[in-house]
Amino acid sequence: MTSTSSRPGSPASPLRGRAARVRPGSPPDGGAGGPTPGPRRRIAGDGAWPWLFIAPLVAGISVFYFWPVLQTAFYSLTDWGVFGGWTFAGFANYVTLFADPALYLSLGNTLLYTAIVLLGIPIAVYLASLLNLPGLRFAGLYRVLFFLPYVAMPTAVAMVWRVIFNGDFGLLNHALAIVGIDGPYWISTPGAATVAVAIVGLWSSLGFSMIVLAAGLKNIPPEMYEAAELDGATRWRQFRSITVPLLTPSIFFVTIITVISSFQLFDLLYAILGSSNPVLPKSMSLVYFFYREGFVNNDKGYAAAIAMVIFLIIGIVTAIQFRLQKRWVQGD
Amino acid sequence: MTDRTTFVRTKTVDAVPAPVLGSGAPATTARTARSRRGRRGGSHVVAHLVLGFGGLLMAFPFVWQIIMSLSTNTEVQSVTPVFWPAELQWQNYVRVFDRLPFLSQLQTSVTITVIRTVAQILLCTLAGYAFARMRFRGRGLLLALVLSILMVPSQVYLLSQYQLVQGFGLLDSLGGLVLPGLFSAFGTFLMRTAFLAMPAELEEAARLDGANPFQIFWKVMLPLAVPSISVLAITTVLWSWNELLWPLVVTTFSEKMPLSAGLATLIGDRTTDYPVVMAASLLAMAPVLIMFIVLQRRVIDGLASSGLK
Repeated sequence: MTSTSSRPGSPASPLRGRAARVRPGSPPDGGAGGPTPGPRRRIAGDGAWPWLFIAPLVAGISVFYFWPVLQTAFYSLTDWGVFGGWTFAGFANYVTLFADPALYLSLGNTLLYTAIVLLGIPIAVYLASLLNLPGLRFAGLYRVLFFLPYVAMPTAVAMVWRVIFNGDFGLLNHALAIVGIDGPYWISTPGAATVAVAIVGLWSSLGFSMIVLAAGLKNIPPEMYEAAELDGATRWRQFRSITVPLLTPSIFFVTIITVISSFQLFDLLYAILGSSNPVLPKSMSLVYFFYREGFVNNDKGYAAAIAMVIFLIIGIVTAIQFRLQKRWVQGD
Repeated sequence: MTDRTTFVRTKTVDAVPAPVLGSGAPATTARTARSRRGRRGGSHVVAHLVLGFGGLLMAFPFVWQIIMSLSTNTEVQSVTPVFWPAELQWQNYVRVFDRLPFLSQLQTSVTITVIRTVAQILLCTLAGYAFARMRFRGRGLLLALVLSILMVPSQVYLLSQYQLVQGFGLLDSLGGLVLPGLFSAFGTFLMRTAFLAMPAELEEAARLDGANPFQIFWKVMLPLAVPSISVLAITTVLWSWNELLWPLVVTTFSEKMPLSAGLATLIGDRTTDYPVVMAASLLAMAPVLIMFIVLQRRVIDGLASSGLK
């Protein structure tokens, strides 16, 4: 066990000796290598090994994730000059931000997008209940077809959707024309652009929701349906009185995941509308707003404040999830 | 030693149970279930109609993309829709390589995806194992540090990651593209969960045999973690291949971009060559879609279960 201490250049080496020595209850000098009685002590005697195991990951996470989070929190309180360099600005960025119509515009667009994507969940519940019918043939094929958009590259599928939504030669407006509707120029009209992006968002997340819900359905004991059938309950009644209530935790989970990922909207918006689209400033999402301030306008302090607001919103949603999830687990 | 190996083997088999979510029951059970509920069979017609129509709707954009990739630009932009090109324009796929820096972008995508996946598997299994099965001072604190990242949306660390990479002089380079993605809090969480669930007897036995902790990890525990490692590999490949924001931020020249960012810069031209763009998009998606179709159940169950945890 002590042989490792001769290995040079390990990033954990300063900590290693200490970790081996400060084990509770071990003699101050003879820790490593000594005979250790009982399995418990053996586990405690891992010595330097754990540090070797975790060092690369913990170092990377600290440098590239943990430190940046602290730094962003600090940046949100600073003002950045055009040529780099910063001054402490207190809450000035937040004051400006909360008075900035762009924040409410991007928040509104994000909420509209989220609301439309959430419409997919009732559809997914219905589809999942069909997919779970006992002995359904081609179930594997259906799963693949519905899941396909979820794994496809957003920027690549955006290309085809751009054409489908095209106001002059797009298929969608052709289809709408057949039923007598004069479709808008989806991609260059504010509002319609958000709806268009949300339709793609719904399309790409539907399969994921369906699969998670189908897994939830599997956990409902089939006896409940058999009993209900003996009582003469109709399919619809069974769906309402057994499926929906017992599936509520899964539905809730999928809703939270959908809300969180919808608030991260960037790829589809950027790729469907295109970075030079004049409608983008009116149709931007929160994350696009962040991207624009941080990387196009190079206003790091302001962008950091936007990032912290997104963090706060997601934090609230996550907290709600934890609360309710705990209640359901205890309620069982 | 022979005894132990066989023991480990059987354990390995045990540790690879049916798909995590058990969805898609094996054919035999499905058949018995059907005969038991024979009279329900009739209503499957509705299910097939709904799922079949829905499935076609889901797949339609891909089909339409294929058709457009084989049409002429005039056909794509025709005001009366052309549902099938007069002549299949296969040369559009050749033009992808002439018109765009497609090969270098493909190379970048492949390289960064391979490096990130290998690095994440290595680093996350090591750390996940230590956090799950080893005792050391500060374990709880360090674990909390890693897991706290799971709750943070990526925008919060993006600005500083960019500055770090810029500081290292790695903008517009493979190093810069790859670097933050070598480390994953989610992967560590996933692997820790996997190792927590494993029986302690195997470790004890190997330890009594004189194996050191690394040997125990490498030879005994890692093989048992293969199902979770494949979930990690699948999520990393998908994320790395499809990701847009980070490459967009750290690269400015299209030859240095991976495919995801490269495609995003194609749009906006007034004179878009749609068929070539469609062909390029299809080629860019193809590797991941093929992986998905080959491994379908693994991918679906892996992604759904990783979301569930």
